[in-house]
Amino acid sequence: MIAGSKLEKVIAGGHFAVTGELGPPKSADLTQLRHHAEAMRRHVEAYNLTDNQTAIVRTSSIACGAVLIQMGLEPVIQMTVRDRNRICLQSDLLGAVALGAKNVLCLSGDHQKFGNEPAAKGVFDIDSMQLIKALKDMRDAGKFIGGEALEHPLEKVFIGAVENPFADPFAYRVDRLEKKINAGANFIQTQCIFDLERFKKWMELVRERGLHKRVAILGGVTPIKSLGAARYMKNNVSGITIPDELIARLQGAENKKAEGLKICIETIQQLKEIEGVAGVHIMAIAWEEVVPEIVERAGLYPRPPV
Amino acid sequence: MIIAERKPLEQILAMLSPDQKIAVLGCGTCVTVCMAGGQKEAEELAALINIYRKKEKQPGSAEAFTIERQCEFEFIDQVAERLKSYDLILSLACGVGVQTMVERMPELLVIPGLNTKSMGYPVAQGVWVERCLGCGDCVLELTQGICPITRCAKSLLNGPCGGSAEGKCEIGKEVDCAWHLIHDRLARLGRLAILAAVQPPKDWSSSHHGGPRTIVREDVKIDRGE
Ligand code: SF4
Repeated sequence: MIAGSKLEKVIAGGHFAVTGELGPPKSADLTQLRHHAEAMRRHVEAYNLTDNQTAIVRTSSIACGAVLIQMGLEPVIQMTVRDRNRICLQSDLLGAVALGAKNVLCLSGDHQKFGNEPAAKGVFDIDSMQLIKALKDMRDAGKFIGGEALEHPLEKVFIGAVENPFADPFAYRVDRLEKKINAGANFIQTQCIFDLERFKKWMELVRERGLHKRVAILGGVTPIKSLGAARYMKNNVSGITIPDELIARLQGAENKKAEGLKICIETIQQLKEIEGVAGVHIMAIAWEEVVPEIVERAGLYPRPPV
Repeated sequence: MIIAERKPLEQILAMLSPDQKIAVLGCGTCVTVCMAGGQKEAEELAALINIYRKKEKQPGSAEAFTIERQCEFEFIDQVAERLKSYDLILSLACGVGVQTMVERMPELLVIPGLNTKSMGYPVAQGVWVERCLGCGDCVLELTQGICPITRCAKSLLNGPCGGSAEGKCEIGKEVDCAWHLIHDRLARLGRLAILAAVQPPKDWSSSHHGGPRTIVREDVKIDRGE
Protein backbone atom coordinates (compact mmCIF):
# COMPACT_ATOMS: atom_id res chain seq x y z
CA MET A 1 0.00 0.00 0.00
CA ILE A 2 1.40 3.36 -1.02
CA ALA A 3 -1.06 6.04 0.01
CA GLY A 4 -3.91 4.00 1.47
CA SER A 5 -6.53 5.92 -0.44
CA LYS A 6 -9.88 4.24 -0.90
CA LEU A 7 -9.13 3.97 -4.60
CA GLU A 8 -5.84 2.25 -3.94
CA LYS A 9 -7.41 -0.12 -1.41
CA VAL A 10 -10.12 -1.23 -3.82
CA ILE A 11 -7.53 -1.86 -6.52
CA ALA A 12 -5.21 -3.65 -4.10
CA GLY A 13 -8.14 -5.80 -2.97
CA GLY A 14 -8.44 -7.06 -6.53
CA HIS A 15 -11.81 -5.40 -7.09
CA PHE A 16 -12.79 -3.66 -10.31
CA ALA A 17 -12.47 -0.01 -9.31
CA VAL A 18 -14.89 2.76 -10.26
CA THR A 19 -14.04 6.46 -10.38
CA GLY A 20 -16.27 9.32 -11.43
CA GLU A 21 -15.59 12.80 -12.65
CA LEU A 22 -16.83 16.22 -11.59
CA GLY A 23 -16.27 19.39 -13.55
CA PRO A 24 -15.91 22.45 -11.30
CA PRO A 25 -18.19 25.33 -12.30
CA LYS A 26 -17.40 28.68 -13.89
CA SER A 27 -18.36 30.28 -10.60
CA ALA A 28 -17.66 29.87 -6.92
CA ASP A 29 -21.08 28.34 -6.28
CA LEU A 30 -20.40 24.66 -5.65
CA THR A 31 -24.00 23.67 -4.88
CA GLN A 32 -24.34 21.56 -8.02
CA LEU A 33 -20.95 19.97 -7.62
CA ARG A 34 -21.84 18.94 -4.07
CA HIS A 35 -25.17 17.65 -5.26
CA HIS A 36 -23.62 15.51 -7.99
CA ALA A 37 -20.95 14.24 -5.62
CA GLU A 38 -23.59 13.28 -3.07
CA ALA A 39 -25.65 11.46 -5.68
CA MET A 40 -22.83 9.03 -6.54
CA ARG A 41 -21.49 8.67 -3.01
CA ARG A 42 -22.15 4.95 -2.89
CA HIS A 43 -21.29 4.25 -6.51
CA VAL A 44 -17.72 5.42 -6.97
CA GLU A 45 -14.52 5.12 -4.96
CA ALA A 46 -13.22 8.54 -5.86
CA TYR A 47 -13.98 11.57 -7.98
CA ASN A 48 -11.68 13.22 -10.49
CA LEU A 49 -11.84 16.99 -10.23
CA THR A 50 -10.85 18.47 -13.54
CA ASP A 51 -8.29 21.25 -13.67
CA ASN A 52 -9.66 24.10 -15.80
CA GLN A 53 -10.75 21.51 -18.32
CA THR A 54 -10.46 22.46 -22.01
CA ALA A 55 -8.61 25.56 -20.77
CA ILE A 56 -11.79 27.15 -19.43
CA VAL A 57 -11.51 29.10 -16.19
CA ARG A 58 -13.28 27.26 -13.37
CA THR A 59 -13.01 26.86 -9.61
CA SER A 60 -9.71 25.17 -8.86
CA SER A 61 -9.55 21.41 -8.62
CA ILE A 62 -7.85 21.58 -5.24
CA ALA A 63 -10.51 23.84 -3.74
CA CYS A 64 -13.25 21.50 -4.99
CA GLY A 65 -11.27 18.53 -3.72
CA ALA A 66 -11.15 20.10 -0.27
CA VAL A 67 -14.93 20.49 -0.34
CA LEU A 68 -15.30 16.80 -1.19
CA ILE A 69 -13.01 15.84 1.66
CA GLN A 70 -15.21 17.88 4.02
CA MET A 71 -18.12 15.80 2.74
CA GLY A 72 -16.25 12.61 3.58
CA LEU A 73 -15.58 11.81 -0.08
CA GLU A 74 -12.34 11.09 -1.90
CA PRO A 75 -11.01 13.33 -4.66
CA VAL A 76 -8.53 12.60 -7.43
CA ILE A 77 -6.95 16.02 -7.89
CA GLN A 78 -6.16 16.68 -11.53
CA MET A 79 -3.09 18.82 -12.17
CA THR A 80 -2.12 20.09 -15.60
CA VAL A 81 1.21 21.65 -16.49
CA ARG A 82 -0.45 24.22 -18.73
CA ASP A 83 -1.17 26.91 -16.14
CA ARG A 84 1.49 26.52 -13.47
CA ASN A 85 5.26 26.41 -13.38
CA ARG A 86 7.23 23.99 -11.22
CA ILE A 87 7.19 26.30 -8.22
CA CYS A 88 3.42 26.48 -8.23
CA LEU A 89 2.84 22.82 -9.07
CA GLN A 90 4.98 21.62 -6.20
CA SER A 91 3.44 24.17 -3.85
CA ASP A 92 -0.05 23.11 -4.90
CA LEU A 93 0.78 19.46 -4.34
CA LEU A 94 1.87 20.32 -0.79
CA GLY A 95 -1.36 22.26 -0.35
CA ALA A 96 -3.51 19.45 -1.72
CA VAL A 97 -1.87 16.90 0.60
CA ALA A 98 -2.20 19.28 3.54
CA LEU A 99 -5.94 19.43 2.84
CA GLY A 100 -6.13 15.64 2.86
CA ALA A 101 -5.91 14.68 -0.81
CA LYS A 102 -4.55 11.20 -1.39
CA ASN A 103 -4.80 10.84 -5.16
CA VAL A 104 -3.44 13.16 -7.83
CA LEU A 105 -3.55 12.86 -11.58
CA CYS A 106 -0.88 14.44 -13.79
CA LEU A 107 -1.78 15.74 -17.25
CA SER A 108 -0.43 18.02 -19.95
CA GLY A 109 -3.75 19.87 -20.26
CA ASP A 110 -5.61 20.91 -23.39
CA HIS A 111 -3.95 23.76 -25.22
CA GLN A 112 -5.10 27.21 -24.03
CA LYS A 113 -6.22 27.99 -27.57
CA PHE A 114 -9.41 25.98 -26.96
CA GLY A 115 -10.58 27.79 -23.86
CA ASN A 116 -12.16 31.06 -22.85
CA GLU A 117 -8.79 32.80 -22.47
CA PRO A 118 -7.17 31.97 -25.82
CA ALA A 119 -4.72 34.88 -25.43
CA ALA A 120 -3.22 33.28 -22.31
CA LYS A 121 0.41 32.31 -22.13
CA GLY A 122 0.74 28.54 -21.83
CA VAL A 123 3.23 27.78 -19.07
CA PHE A 124 4.51 24.28 -19.91
CA ASP A 125 7.57 24.80 -17.72
CA ILE A 126 7.67 21.03 -17.19
CA ASP A 127 5.73 18.30 -18.99
CA SER A 128 3.36 15.73 -17.52
CA MET A 129 6.08 13.07 -17.44
CA GLN A 130 8.32 15.36 -15.43
CA LEU A 131 5.41 16.20 -13.11
CA ILE A 132 4.86 12.51 -12.34
CA LYS A 133 8.55 12.13 -11.56
CA ALA A 134 8.56 15.31 -9.47
CA LEU A 135 5.65 14.14 -7.33
CA LYS A 136 7.24 10.74 -6.89
CA ASP A 137 10.52 12.34 -5.81
CA MET A 138 8.72 14.62 -3.37
CA ARG A 139 6.87 11.64 -1.95
CA ASP A 140 9.59 8.99 -1.94
CA ALA A 141 12.86 10.90 -1.77
CA GLY A 142 11.57 13.96 0.10
CA LYS A 143 13.09 16.22 -2.55
CA PHE A 144 11.90 19.08 -4.70
CA ILE A 145 12.77 19.25 -8.42
CA GLY A 146 15.58 21.69 -7.68
CA GLY A 147 17.14 19.19 -5.26
CA GLU A 148 16.26 20.82 -1.95
CA ALA A 149 14.78 18.59 0.74
CA LEU A 150 11.23 18.95 2.08
CA GLU A 151 11.18 20.05 5.71
CA HIS A 152 8.95 17.12 6.62
CA PRO A 153 8.21 13.90 4.75
CA LEU A 154 5.14 14.12 2.58
CA GLU A 155 1.97 12.20 3.46
CA LYS A 156 1.77 9.51 0.83
CA VAL A 157 -0.10 10.17 -2.37
CA PHE A 158 -1.31 7.77 -5.05
CA ILE A 159 0.05 9.13 -8.31
CA GLY A 160 -2.06 8.87 -11.43
CA ALA A 161 -1.43 9.64 -15.06
CA VAL A 162 -3.45 9.50 -18.23
CA GLU A 163 -2.85 7.67 -21.45
CA ASN A 164 -4.64 7.90 -24.73
CA PRO A 165 -4.58 4.65 -26.71
CA PHE A 166 -6.40 6.47 -29.51
CA ALA A 167 -3.77 9.13 -30.12
CA ASP A 168 -0.89 8.71 -32.54
CA PRO A 169 1.65 7.40 -33.22
CA PHE A 170 -0.10 4.23 -32.04
CA ALA A 171 3.15 2.31 -31.66
CA TYR A 172 4.40 4.90 -29.21
CA ARG A 173 1.36 4.79 -26.94
CA VAL A 174 2.57 1.70 -25.11
CA ASP A 175 6.11 3.09 -24.89
CA ARG A 176 4.65 6.20 -23.37
CA LEU A 177 2.69 4.18 -20.83
CA GLU A 178 5.87 2.38 -19.83
CA LYS A 179 7.67 5.67 -19.55
CA LYS A 180 4.96 7.02 -17.26
CA ILE A 181 5.22 3.94 -15.08
CA ASN A 182 8.98 4.37 -14.91
CA ALA A 183 8.49 8.02 -14.00
CA GLY A 184 6.31 6.94 -11.07
CA ALA A 185 2.68 6.49 -12.09
CA ASN A 186 0.72 4.14 -9.83
CA PHE A 187 -2.54 4.24 -11.74
CA ILE A 188 -3.64 5.22 -15.22
CA GLN A 189 -6.92 6.54 -16.48
CA THR A 190 -7.39 6.32 -20.22
CA GLN A 191 -9.09 8.64 -22.67
CA CYS A 192 -12.75 7.74 -23.40
CA ILE A 193 -13.02 4.35 -25.04
CA PHE A 194 -15.40 4.15 -27.99
CA ASP A 195 -13.15 2.14 -30.27
CA LEU A 196 -12.95 -1.06 -28.24
CA GLU A 197 -11.01 -2.91 -30.91
CA ARG A 198 -8.21 -0.41 -30.81
CA PHE A 199 -8.27 -0.44 -27.00
CA LYS A 200 -8.01 -4.24 -26.98
CA LYS A 201 -5.07 -4.07 -29.36
CA TRP A 202 -3.37 -1.59 -27.06
CA MET A 203 -4.03 -3.79 -24.02
CA GLU A 204 -2.48 -6.73 -25.83
CA LEU A 205 0.73 -4.76 -26.25
CA VAL A 206 0.47 -3.65 -22.63
CA ARG A 207 0.21 -7.27 -21.46
CA GLU A 208 3.06 -8.36 -23.73
CA ARG A 209 5.33 -6.11 -21.71
CA GLY A 210 3.68 -6.97 -18.41
CA LEU A 211 2.85 -3.33 -17.81
CA HIS A 212 -0.61 -4.13 -16.39
CA LYS A 213 1.18 -5.74 -13.45
CA ARG A 214 3.13 -2.58 -12.70
CA VAL A 215 0.26 -0.10 -12.87
CA ALA A 216 -3.52 -0.13 -12.37
CA ILE A 217 -5.25 0.73 -15.64
CA LEU A 218 -8.72 2.24 -15.43
CA GLY A 219 -10.49 2.41 -18.77
CA GLY A 220 -12.24 5.69 -19.46
CA VAL A 221 -15.88 5.71 -20.58
CA THR A 222 -18.38 8.44 -21.41
CA PRO A 223 -22.11 7.96 -21.94
CA ILE A 224 -23.17 9.72 -25.15
CA LYS A 225 -26.28 11.83 -24.70
CA SER A 226 -27.16 12.58 -28.31
CA LEU A 227 -26.10 12.10 -31.89
CA GLY A 228 -24.93 15.70 -31.97
CA ALA A 229 -22.68 15.13 -28.98
CA ALA A 230 -21.16 12.05 -30.63
CA ARG A 231 -20.51 13.92 -33.85
CA TYR A 232 -19.07 16.86 -31.99
CA MET A 233 -16.66 14.63 -30.05
CA LYS A 234 -15.68 12.75 -33.19
CA ASN A 235 -14.80 15.90 -35.09
CA ASN A 236 -13.76 18.43 -32.49
CA VAL A 237 -12.33 16.85 -29.36
CA SER A 238 -8.65 16.17 -29.71
CA GLY A 239 -7.63 12.66 -28.83
CA ILE A 240 -11.06 11.06 -29.13
CA THR A 241 -11.97 8.60 -31.87
CA ILE A 242 -15.52 7.39 -32.41
CA PRO A 243 -16.00 4.61 -34.97
CA ASP A 244 -18.58 5.18 -37.70
CA GLU A 245 -20.47 2.04 -36.63
CA LEU A 246 -21.11 3.61 -33.28
CA ILE A 247 -22.46 6.76 -34.89
CA ALA A 248 -24.64 4.59 -37.13
CA ARG A 249 -25.93 2.64 -34.15
CA LEU A 250 -26.96 5.86 -32.42
CA GLN A 251 -28.49 7.13 -35.63
CA GLY A 252 -30.63 4.02 -35.92
CA ALA A 253 -31.80 4.13 -32.32
CA GLU A 254 -35.17 5.60 -31.45
CA ASN A 255 -34.14 6.78 -28.02
CA LYS A 256 -30.61 8.17 -28.40
CA LYS A 257 -30.10 8.74 -24.70
CA ALA A 258 -31.08 5.19 -23.80
CA GLU A 259 -28.85 3.85 -26.56
CA GLY A 260 -25.92 6.01 -25.46
CA LEU A 261 -26.30 4.66 -21.97
CA LYS A 262 -26.52 1.10 -23.24
CA ILE A 263 -23.33 1.52 -25.28
CA CYS A 264 -21.54 2.84 -22.22
CA ILE A 265 -22.72 -0.06 -20.05
CA GLU A 266 -21.75 -2.62 -22.67
CA THR A 267 -18.32 -1.04 -22.93
CA ILE A 268 -17.81 -1.40 -19.18
CA GLN A 269 -18.94 -5.02 -19.31
CA GLN A 270 -16.40 -5.69 -22.02
CA LEU A 271 -13.69 -3.86 -20.10
CA LYS A 272 -14.31 -6.17 -17.14
CA GLU A 273 -13.44 -9.10 -19.37
CA ILE A 274 -10.13 -7.68 -20.61
CA GLU A 275 -7.17 -9.01 -18.71
CA GLY A 276 -5.20 -6.22 -17.11
CA VAL A 277 -7.99 -3.66 -16.83
CA ALA A 278 -8.27 -2.76 -13.15
CA GLY A 279 -11.32 -0.57 -13.26
CA VAL A 280 -13.36 2.03 -15.02
CA HIS A 281 -13.31 5.81 -14.97
CA ILE A 282 -16.74 7.23 -15.82
CA MET A 283 -16.69 10.70 -17.31
CA ALA A 284 -20.32 11.79 -17.46
CA ILE A 285 -19.70 15.50 -17.58
CA ALA A 286 -23.03 17.38 -17.81
CA TRP A 287 -24.82 14.07 -17.30
CA GLU A 288 -23.60 13.20 -13.80
CA GLU A 289 -26.99 12.02 -12.55
CA VAL A 290 -26.78 8.93 -14.74
CA VAL A 291 -23.66 7.51 -13.07
CA PRO A 292 -25.44 5.43 -10.38
CA GLU A 293 -27.57 3.78 -13.05
CA ILE A 294 -24.50 2.98 -15.17
CA VAL A 295 -22.68 1.46 -12.21
CA GLU A 296 -25.69 -0.62 -11.20
CA ARG A 297 -26.55 -1.86 -14.66
CA ALA A 298 -22.90 -2.69 -15.37
CA GLY A 299 -23.03 -5.04 -12.40
CA LEU A 300 -20.63 -3.03 -10.29
CA TYR A 301 -22.97 -2.33 -7.42
CA PRO A 302 -22.70 -2.51 -4.46
CA ARG A 303 -19.15 -1.25 -4.25
CA PRO A 304 -16.77 -3.34 -2.14
CA PRO A 305 -16.40 -2.11 1.43
CA VAL A 306 -12.87 -0.95 2.27
CA MET B 1 17.17 34.07 -40.19
CA ILE B 2 14.85 36.47 -38.43
CA ILE B 3 11.35 36.55 -39.86
CA ALA B 4 9.11 39.58 -39.58
CA GLU B 5 5.87 40.89 -40.99
CA ARG B 6 4.79 44.45 -41.61
CA LYS B 7 2.31 45.90 -39.13
CA PRO B 8 -1.12 46.74 -40.59
CA LEU B 9 -1.06 50.12 -42.34
CA GLU B 10 -3.77 51.59 -40.09
CA GLN B 11 -1.69 50.75 -37.05
CA ILE B 12 1.38 52.43 -38.57
CA LEU B 13 -0.57 55.54 -39.60
CA ALA B 14 -1.98 55.82 -36.09
CA MET B 15 1.58 56.09 -34.70
CA LEU B 16 2.46 59.08 -36.89
CA SER B 17 1.84 62.80 -36.35
CA PRO B 18 0.53 64.79 -39.35
CA ASP B 19 3.52 67.12 -39.69
CA GLN B 20 6.43 64.76 -39.11
CA LYS B 21 9.22 64.33 -41.59
CA ILE B 22 9.68 60.57 -41.58
CA ALA B 23 12.43 58.24 -42.68
CA VAL B 24 11.13 54.79 -43.54
CA LEU B 25 14.32 52.92 -42.87
CA GLY B 26 14.76 49.52 -44.45
CA CYS B 27 17.21 46.88 -43.31
CA GLY B 28 19.26 45.00 -45.88
CA THR B 29 19.60 41.62 -44.22
CA CYS B 30 17.00 39.15 -42.83
CA VAL B 31 13.92 41.29 -43.37
CA THR B 32 14.95 41.97 -46.95
CA VAL B 33 15.09 38.23 -47.60
CA CYS B 34 11.70 37.66 -45.97
CA MET B 35 10.26 40.56 -47.97
CA ALA B 36 9.06 42.55 -44.99
CA GLY B 37 11.50 45.40 -44.53
CA GLY B 38 13.95 45.78 -47.43
CA GLN B 39 14.35 48.74 -49.78
CA LYS B 40 11.35 47.66 -51.88
CA GLU B 41 9.03 47.41 -48.88
CA ALA B 42 10.37 50.68 -47.44
CA GLU B 43 9.61 52.48 -50.71
CA GLU B 44 6.14 50.97 -50.85
CA LEU B 45 5.36 52.00 -47.32
CA ALA B 46 6.70 55.53 -47.81
CA ALA B 47 4.50 55.86 -50.91
CA LEU B 48 1.44 54.67 -48.99
CA ILE B 49 2.12 57.15 -46.23
CA ASN B 50 2.57 59.98 -48.73
CA ILE B 51 -0.67 59.11 -50.52
CA TYR B 52 -2.49 59.11 -47.21
CA ARG B 53 -0.96 62.45 -46.23
CA LYS B 54 -1.94 64.03 -49.50
CA LYS B 55 -5.49 62.76 -49.13
CA GLU B 56 -5.71 64.02 -45.55
CA LYS B 57 -3.94 67.28 -46.50
CA GLN B 58 -1.19 66.67 -43.95
CA PRO B 59 2.08 68.60 -44.33
CA GLY B 60 4.52 65.82 -43.34
CA SER B 61 6.53 63.68 -45.73
CA ALA B 62 8.05 60.23 -45.84
CA GLU B 63 11.27 59.12 -47.54
CA ALA B 64 12.63 55.63 -47.85
CA PHE B 65 16.19 54.40 -47.67
CA THR B 66 17.94 51.31 -46.45
CA ILE B 67 21.11 50.41 -44.58
CA GLU B 68 22.84 47.06 -44.64
CA ARG B 69 22.07 46.17 -41.03
CA GLN B 70 20.28 48.19 -38.36
CA CYS B 71 21.64 45.83 -35.72
CA GLU B 72 25.24 47.01 -36.01
CA PHE B 73 26.61 50.39 -34.94
CA GLU B 74 28.97 50.47 -37.89
CA PHE B 75 26.14 50.73 -40.43
CA ILE B 76 24.09 53.16 -38.37
CA ASP B 77 27.11 55.47 -38.03
CA GLN B 78 27.42 55.70 -41.81
CA VAL B 79 24.05 57.47 -42.04
CA ALA B 80 24.03 59.22 -38.66
CA GLU B 81 23.91 62.74 -40.06
CA ARG B 82 21.12 61.94 -42.46
CA LEU B 83 19.06 60.24 -39.72
CA LYS B 84 19.28 63.39 -37.60
CA SER B 85 17.45 65.36 -40.29
CA TYR B 86 14.16 63.47 -39.68
CA ASP B 87 11.55 63.92 -36.96
CA LEU B 88 10.86 60.22 -36.83
CA ILE B 89 12.50 56.99 -37.96
CA LEU B 90 9.99 54.35 -38.93
CA SER B 91 12.23 51.32 -38.75
CA LEU B 92 11.54 48.30 -40.92
CA ALA B 93 14.15 46.24 -39.08
CA CYS B 94 13.42 43.49 -36.57
CA GLY B 95 13.12 44.37 -32.88
CA VAL B 96 16.87 44.10 -32.53
CA GLY B 97 17.44 46.73 -35.20
CA VAL B 98 15.00 49.18 -33.61
CA GLN B 99 16.73 48.86 -30.25
CA THR B 100 20.26 49.07 -31.65
CA MET B 101 19.29 52.33 -33.38
CA VAL B 102 17.97 53.79 -30.14
CA GLU B 103 21.01 52.70 -28.17
CA ARG B 104 23.40 54.19 -30.71
CA MET B 105 21.46 57.41 -31.30
CA PRO B 106 19.33 58.13 -28.21
CA GLU B 107 18.33 61.52 -29.63
CA LEU B 108 16.30 59.82 -32.41
CA LEU B 109 12.64 58.91 -32.21
CA VAL B 110 12.38 55.38 -33.59
CA ILE B 111 9.19 53.32 -33.94
CA PRO B 112 8.75 49.80 -35.31
CA GLY B 113 7.03 49.21 -38.64
CA LEU B 114 7.28 45.43 -38.34
CA ASN B 115 6.23 42.71 -35.97
CA THR B 116 9.21 40.44 -35.40
CA LYS B 117 7.88 36.90 -35.60
CA SER B 118 10.47 34.22 -35.31
CA MET B 119 13.69 32.58 -36.33
CA GLY B 120 13.11 30.28 -39.23
CA TYR B 121 13.38 29.88 -42.97
CA PRO B 122 11.34 30.13 -46.17
CA VAL B 123 9.95 26.66 -46.79
CA ALA B 124 8.37 27.72 -50.10
CA GLN B 125 7.93 30.97 -51.99
CA GLY B 126 5.88 33.17 -49.68
CA VAL B 127 5.87 30.75 -46.75
CA TRP B 128 8.14 31.19 -43.74
CA VAL B 129 8.23 28.75 -40.85
CA GLU B 130 9.60 29.08 -37.35
CA ARG B 131 12.30 26.64 -36.34
CA CYS B 132 14.18 28.02 -33.34
CA LEU B 133 13.07 29.76 -30.19
CA GLY B 134 16.54 30.58 -28.99
CA CYS B 135 16.06 28.71 -25.71
CA GLY B 136 19.79 28.81 -25.07
CA ASP B 137 20.21 25.09 -24.49
CA CYS B 138 19.87 23.15 -27.74
CA VAL B 139 18.26 19.70 -27.59
CA LEU B 140 18.43 18.88 -31.28
CA GLU B 141 20.84 15.99 -30.70
CA LEU B 142 18.17 14.24 -28.61
CA THR B 143 15.49 14.59 -31.26
CA GLN B 144 17.77 14.29 -34.27
CA GLY B 145 17.19 17.73 -35.66
CA ILE B 146 13.52 18.48 -34.97
CA CYS B 147 12.98 21.02 -32.20
CA PRO B 148 10.25 20.10 -29.69
CA ILE B 149 10.71 23.36 -27.79
CA THR B 150 9.80 25.40 -30.87
CA ARG B 151 7.58 23.09 -32.83
CA CYS B 152 5.53 21.32 -30.15
CA ALA B 153 2.71 23.62 -29.01
CA LYS B 154 3.41 22.56 -25.42
CA SER B 155 7.23 22.41 -25.67
CA LEU B 156 7.11 18.85 -24.37
CA LEU B 157 10.34 16.94 -23.86
CA ASN B 158 9.03 13.44 -23.31
CA GLY B 159 7.08 12.45 -26.38
CA PRO B 160 3.70 13.30 -27.91
CA CYS B 161 0.74 14.34 -25.79
CA GLY B 162 -2.66 12.69 -26.01
CA GLY B 163 -3.86 15.20 -28.57
CA SER B 164 -1.62 14.03 -31.39
CA ALA B 165 -3.74 12.58 -34.19
CA GLU B 166 -2.74 11.33 -37.62
CA GLY B 167 0.48 13.28 -37.53
CA LYS B 168 -1.19 16.57 -36.67
CA CYS B 169 -1.10 18.67 -33.52
CA GLU B 170 -4.16 19.16 -31.36
CA ILE B 171 -4.05 22.90 -32.01
CA GLY B 172 -5.00 22.45 -35.66
CA LYS B 173 -4.94 20.14 -38.63
CA GLU B 174 -2.62 22.53 -40.48
CA VAL B 175 0.11 22.05 -37.86
CA ASP B 176 2.34 18.99 -37.84
CA CYS B 177 2.78 17.27 -34.49
CA ALA B 178 6.45 17.80 -33.78
CA TRP B 179 6.64 14.67 -31.68
CA HIS B 180 5.08 12.56 -34.39
CA LEU B 181 7.82 13.82 -36.73
CA ILE B 182 10.48 13.11 -34.12
CA HIS B 183 9.08 9.64 -33.46
CA ASP B 184 9.07 8.77 -37.16
CA ARG B 185 12.54 10.12 -37.68
CA LEU B 186 14.01 8.22 -34.74
CA ALA B 187 12.21 5.07 -35.88
CA ARG B 188 13.74 5.43 -39.35
CA LEU B 189 17.17 5.93 -37.83
CA GLY B 190 16.68 2.96 -35.51
CA ARG B 191 17.13 5.21 -32.50
CA LEU B 192 13.71 5.06 -30.84
CA ALA B 193 15.31 3.82 -27.64
CA ILE B 194 16.42 7.40 -26.97
CA LEU B 195 12.82 8.24 -26.13
CA ALA B 196 12.63 5.71 -23.30
CA ALA B 197 14.57 7.85 -20.84
CA VAL B 198 12.58 10.39 -18.84
CA GLN B 199 14.06 13.74 -19.80
CA PRO B 200 14.49 15.97 -16.74
CA PRO B 201 12.84 19.41 -16.50
CA LYS B 202 14.50 21.94 -18.74
CA ASP B 203 16.67 24.69 -17.34
CA TRP B 204 14.81 27.74 -18.61
CA SER B 205 17.26 30.14 -17.03
CA SER B 206 19.25 29.94 -20.27
CA SER B 207 16.13 31.15 -22.10
CA HIS B 208 14.59 34.61 -21.88
CA HIS B 209 13.24 33.70 -18.44
CA GLY B 210 16.67 34.59 -17.14
CA GLY B 211 16.54 38.16 -18.42
CA PRO B 212 18.43 39.44 -21.50
CA ARG B 213 21.24 37.09 -22.37
CA THR B 214 24.74 38.32 -22.96
CA ILE B 215 27.68 36.37 -24.33
CA VAL B 216 31.16 37.58 -23.45
CA ARG B 217 34.08 35.99 -25.26
CA GLU B 218 37.47 37.06 -24.03
CA ASP B 219 39.14 35.38 -27.01
CA VAL B 220 37.60 37.74 -29.53
CA LYS B 221 37.42 40.91 -27.42
CA ILE B 222 39.68 43.69 -28.65
CA ASP B 223 42.60 43.91 -26.28
CA ARG B 224 43.16 47.58 -25.59
CA GLY B 225 46.33 46.89 -23.62
CA GLU B 226 47.07 48.11 -20.12
S1 SF4 C 1 -0.06 17.24 -30.55
FE1 SF4 C 1 2.16 17.00 -30.79
S2 SF4 C 1 2.93 19.06 -31.26
FE2 SF4 C 1 0.84 19.30 -30.51
S3 SF4 C 1 1.09 19.70 -28.33
FE3 SF4 C 1 0.80 17.48 -28.51
S4 SF4 C 1 2.86 16.62 -28.71
FE4 SF4 C 1 3.03 18.83 -29.03
